[in-house]
Amino acid sequence: MSEIRCLEGSFACSEAVKRSNVDVICAYPITPQTHIVESLAQMHADGEMDAEFINCESEHSALSICAGASATGARTFTATAGQGLALMHEILFISSAMRLPIVMAISNRALSAPLSIWGDHSDTITNRDCGWMQIYCENSQEIFDSTMQAYKIAENSDVMLPIMVNMDGFTLSHLNERAIIEDRKEVEDFVGDFQPKYTLHPDKPVAMGCYGTPDFYMEFRRQQDEAMKNAAKVIPKVNEEFLDAFGRGYGFIEEYRSEDADVVMVIMGALSGNAKEAVDKLREDGKKFGLVKLRVYRPFPKEEMKKALKDANIVGVIDRHISLGFGAPVTTEIRTVIENPTVGFVAGLGGREVTVEDFEKIFKECEQAAKKEEYFDYKWYGVRE
Amino acid sequence: MSEKPIYHPPTVKLEKWHEQKIGCVTDTPGNMRQTNKTGGWRTFRPVVDKEKCNKCGLCWIYCPDACMSEKKDIYEPDLEFCKGCGICAEECGRGAIKMELEG
Repeated sequence: MSEIRCLEGSFACSEAVKRSNVDVICAYPITPQTHIVESLAQMHADGEMDAEFINCESEHSALSICAGASATGARTFTATAGQGLALMHEILFISSAMRLPIVMAISNRALSAPLSIWGDHSDTITNRDCGWMQIYCENSQEIFDSTMQAYKIAENSDVMLPIMVNMDGFTLSHLNERAIIEDRKEVEDFVGDFQPKYTLHPDKPVAMGCYGTPDFYMEFRRQQDEAMKNAAKVIPKVNEEFLDAFGRGYGFIEEYRSEDADVVMVIMGALSGNAKEAVDKLREDGKKFGLVKLRVYRPFPKEEMKKALKDANIVGVIDRHISLGFGAPVTTEIRTVIENPTVGFVAGLGGREVTVEDFEKIFKECEQAAKKEEYFDYKWYGVRE
Repeated sequence: MSEKPIYHPPTVKLEKWHEQKIGCVTDTPGNMRQTNKTGGWRTFRPVVDKEKCNKCGLCWIYCPDACMSEKKDIYEPDLEFCKGCGICAEECGRGAIKMELEG
């Protein structure tokens, strides 16, 4: 039986992992991810999960252990944040190129220095080219649902790529919210079995991630690119199955009152809740404002984004990261797929609040920019000047 | 100057990207012998002096690439794989191996 519970984003994630028939969990503690692995350790100790729970000495080891386990055909899970993900960087590339469908939850955290345990997207956006799929969630329900979907997407034989399920640190990972926690049997049935084509097994020895001379390397990279393209086809299919099984669903993007909007904001992750509030308030004043939430960042939904934004007079993009030396990264990518005037806002770094009122101001600034036709590359929002 | 060095291409079929096994997987042990002929990296080539070599086997022991092999009268490098590091020449007690610039 499914049940309605009030739980943290972190616990929504671990409840999904518990129900997804995971074989190996290995992670190293780091704030604000701690609750995810802590609760899984409890479930494991209480005998609620038939999985190996491996403690290790660093995030680099944690992901390496998951990679080794995944190579033997085990379903794996790990979680990290900020500096932990930075330490995993090397193994992110390796596990993707070795086509190991590891699922990793990230409680997005700012990178040091200065030392910050609070949320922004600098940890994951800086890892966008590693060959991992990335989903950004907005609430506990989406975290629960996306985690189980993640296994089905990643383990699809046409995809076989690892995936990150992102929740903004604290804002989402530590926020108690209502969520439907589905029945274990139903989740297990939905997720199904992991059936990799190649595994490390003494009966049929293979070498994985072998030496690739210049005669062979590019072909492997080309395969990964294709796998990402396949993922773009598999994600909606998995979502359709999910819709049939549980009656809910998610797209690459979510369009919120944006169909007839003149000013459209694009945003990822937990802050979209506040932005939606702002849209509702401004709509009451007769403003035609709307929002497009970017949920799947890799593979990037170019066509969907183009379609959703085609009628906007101006597009304002919120970035919780800054690509130093260039500008706002999501803004930059969106500009490459649309022709509408686009302005960027770097906001909410290192856990800085972006309130409903802030979003109202940002919307109005976009409106002004469109009226005056004074488009800017990007602006810092909420910085003392 | 020795004869011109030759690029040794892989002696296996170079598969297209969709033909290669995914995940950089290989199930044919020892296939580096066909796919990675490192002889092309060489700048200096070891040349064994038949008169001086007494087949003591030091070069065979020290060669890091295991490409020295015993022939009837002497030890000889496998030039498809010899990278030209010169360790054999350095270790040969009788000075029987000279490193000569590839032409």
